[in-house]
Amino acid sequence: MRDDLILEIPSDPRAIENAVDMVVRRCAGSDYCRRKLELNFRVGLMEALANAVLYGNGRDPRKHIRLEVAFMRHAIEARVTDEGGGFDPTCVPDPTTPENIERAGGRGLFLMRKLMDEVRYNEVGNSVTLVLHLEPPARFGDAASA
Amino acid sequence: MGFSVSNQGDVTVVEVEGQLIVGNRQELKQKVLEDLEGGARKFVIDFSETGYIDSSGLGVLVSLSKKIREKGGELRLSNLNEDLRTLFELTKLDTLFRIADNKAAALEGF
Repeated sequence: MRDDLILEIPSDPRAIENAVDMVVRRCAGSDYCRRKLELNFRVGLMEALANAVLYGNGRDPRKHIRLEVAFMRHAIEARVTDEGGGFDPTCVPDPTTPENIERAGGRGLFLMRKLMDEVRYNEVGNSVTLVLHLEPPARFGDAASA
Repeated sequence: MGFSVSNQGDVTVVEVEGQLIVGNRQELKQKVLEDLEGGARKFVIDFSETGYIDSSGLGVLVSLSKKIREKGGELRLSNLNEDLRTLFELTKLDTLFRIADNKAAALEGF
C-alpha cells in the first residue's frame, strides 16, 4: 500500500470528523466524482474510524488510531488500525432484517460494505482496509453491488 | 454544527445544522428527550441544513423514534437530500420513518 497520507488519531469521537475532512480535502482538487467522495468515501471512512475509536480502542485516551491513505488515479485505499484485540467481522448481524432494524447500533460495518468496493480485515480484526474504485461503477451509493 | 429547536403549534421542530454523527448525536438525543419528558409528543427533525449522517446518527434517530412511540407520539423526518435518502434506503430505515419532502409536508396533518 502506497502511503500518501498517514495520521495518528486520538481515541476521541470528536477527532474523527477533522481527520475525515483532512482526507476528503486532499482529494477535492482531483477528478474524483464528488458524490463518491462525499457520500461513499466520507461515510465509509467515518464508520471505520468510529468503530476503531469506540469499540477497538474503547475510547481509551492512551490508545491511538493509525490511518493510512493511498490516493491512486482510479482508486482510494484507506487502512484504519486500532490498538484493540480485534473482532470477527463475519459475526455482525444484518441490521436491515425485521428483528434488527429497530436496534440503535450495528450499521457501521454494513454501511462500509455497501458504500465501498472492498472491505478487508486483517486476521486479528483490528485493521480494516477500505478500497473505493472511482470508475466504473455506475451505481452510486451501492458501490459493492455495481 | 448544531441543532436549533422551535415549536410550531404542538410540534417540536429540530433542525440539524452540519452533520449528525458520532461526535454530536448525544446532544440531539438529549434535546429531544428533554422535550419528550416535558410532555411533547410530536416531533419533526429537519435535515435541510445537514451535510451527512453516519451510522451513529441513524442509530440515535431509531432510538428516539422508539422512545417517542412508546409515549404515544411520533417522529417525522423532512428534507433529506439525495445522499441522505440513499443512506436511509441502504439501511431500509426509509421503511421505519415517515419522511416528508419538506417541513410543511411533515407538519401537515400532524
